[in-house]
Amino acid sequence: MERKKEYVVRTAEERGVRLIRLWFTDVLGQLKSVAISPDELENAFEEGMHFDGSSIDGFSRKQESDVLAIPDPLTFGLLPWGNGDDLSARMFCDIMNPDGTPFSGDPRQVLKRNVDRARERGYEFMVAPEMEFFYFRNGDASKPLEPLDQGSYFDLTTADVASDLRKRTLLVLEQMGIAVEYSFHEDAPSQHEIDLRYTDALAMADNVMTFRLLVREIAMEQGAFATFMPKPLAGVQGSGMHTHMSLFEGDQNAFHDPGDPSGLSAVGRQFIAGLLHHAPEITAVTNQLVNSYKRLVVGYEAPVYVTWARNNHSALVRVPVTKRGKSSSTRIEYRAPDPACNPYLAYSVMLAAGLKGIEEGYELPPEASANVFEMTDEERAAEGMRPLPQSLSDALDVMEGSELVAEALGEHIFEWFLRNKRAEWQDYKAQVSQFELDRYLAAW
Amino acid sequence: MEPVLVFPDPAPPELAQVLDLGGYPWKAVNDDITATRLAPNAGWSGAVICAYADPERAFSLCRSLRRSDNQLEPLMILVNGTQLAELEQRDELFEDFCLSPFHPRELEARLKHLFWRSGGVTDTRPELVEYADLVLNLETYQAAIGGKPLDLTFMEYELLKFLSSNPGKVFTRETLLSRVWGYEYYGGARTVDVHIRRLRAKLGEHHAGLIQTVRSVGYRFGQSRWGITAE
Repeated sequence: MERKKEYVVRTAEERGVRLIRLWFTDVLGQLKSVAISPDELENAFEEGMHFDGSSIDGFSRKQESDVLAIPDPLTFGLLPWGNGDDLSARMFCDIMNPDGTPFSGDPRQVLKRNVDRARERGYEFMVAPEMEFFYFRNGDASKPLEPLDQGSYFDLTTADVASDLRKRTLLVLEQMGIAVEYSFHEDAPSQHEIDLRYTDALAMADNVMTFRLLVREIAMEQGAFATFMPKPLAGVQGSGMHTHMSLFEGDQNAFHDPGDPSGLSAVGRQFIAGLLHHAPEITAVTNQLVNSYKRLVVGYEAPVYVTWARNNHSALVRVPVTKRGKSSSTRIEYRAPDPACNPYLAYSVMLAAGLKGIEEGYELPPEASANVFEMTDEERAAEGMRPLPQSLSDALDVMEGSELVAEALGEHIFEWFLRNKRAEWQDYKAQVSQFELDRYLAAW
Repeated sequence: MEPVLVFPDPAPPELAQVLDLGGYPWKAVNDDITATRLAPNAGWSGAVICAYADPERAFSLCRSLRRSDNQLEPLMILVNGTQLAELEQRDELFEDFCLSPFHPRELEARLKHLFWRSGGVTDTRPELVEYADLVLNLETYQAAIGGKPLDLTFMEYELLKFLSSNPGKVFTRETLLSRVWGYEYYGGARTVDVHIRRLRAKLGEHHAGLIQTVRSVGYRFGQSRWGITAE
């Protein structure tokens, strides 16, 4: 047995792990889990765990549905929650066909493929997301949502339930090896933000999956409820997942050029140009819910137009100012994604768009100088600013015509995603909302 | 386990990597004088001799290692395809050989088998790496600090094992990447920083200083004993 597998088997034995959870992700970004006992570990490594993929969203195929989950020993970690005598651990899995080839419906393999493509060009893709979410007293959608606190941006709320929750969450994140850069109270009541420290994209997508589960588990442990729904409350900010990205060549940051007044290299500019050029095409993936588009509206610090800027929080792509001498932290921030996306797929399309910009040598359009929200439609049109898709339906229309997205996701996921999301849109369209009743019932 | 003698000095990186990943302590030498001078009290536990770059010196070193009263074995010799004939009639000089360029897995398996047969590694291999409050049990893959177990991922464990087995030495990111990660990793040199940061967090505030950043060079575990020497 390879050492890395032996490590897992021995650690499970030495630490008295009772249950090993094998995790994988469906196409929509929901975490799936199958638990095995330590006795089955060796078998899982050597032969994989057989299961019927037809009941997993996005895994179904016409012919046969058997797939294999093969645990990745490098992702083995003890789960720090639950009671002591029931210690469990987790590993992420790669999903394979019975013949040992990668299964095309597995988002983790899609990201591996895209990361490998960047690597063939000499680049390592590093990401750091800012995770926003809300705490509520309960998750019963039929009742009005009750925030846990009435704090706002950077508030130091004393001894309230929400800050205790956040504190405990940070502790468990550290125990799981997920490093946190900042955490603070966001603008909206009961809205919190935890910024994760950068890692390579695959490790980060795994981290995001772990993060979402962990935040919800810990809230539940304390009798509260956490949600990553992009816009749970009308009238206040929604939850985004601004994503900082950089490419490294060896230990050099490929986005950095000391000779450039702004410190941004040609590669960095082209990467931004690629993101901007393909932004509308990838939006269905980075913002995959009907509800996602209620966040992308004017007035709540969410991006609406395809622009970039150095220090302007209304732009879609922001180039944060880095401290002098910190060339390694040169990065760009893509502000469209929300935390309800599938991180494997979202990172795949973002990377593909940026790489395309480098390959094709796209020109970077001029920086948005003014606050784009204060400009008139005519002024924006004059500067060639396009809006992001306005609804899930719009976003799917643009995505459907995108070769870039089809190639990044692969045909299997591309087609399934479009089909599934069209159905979601149809279901939504068939609803009559409170807005319509309030506005039209008496008037007409 | 006493160190394995390696010829030549510096050792070819692909060989160093196999030895490090296999957990063999080793020292590189260029001639029999250094071999004698650096020999551990209990004697070398074996030798790996690369004969392809300078066959004459390599075979002469093999002969002198075998001639002494205290014959050194097991001895593994690495040759290239054109040298196979030279091995004939030199059977007494080595226990096993491997063709170079070698597949790391093959060499690893051969070394394991060789040392097992000679009763070297598996019996006398030290099970513990200890430094101050830190203990690593190489047999069970468990690490503890101040008696408290550390929850590490495999790569964190490997990195800590490598660093704590070489205290006081400075390693560049590139060296750590090739010695610890080998072939299979994402994220390149930056991944080293990510793992160092996580290790420090897991070691806890009091012990985070065990791993020191050496500005614009890399990292060092523990106190510098010989001043700063980058590898």
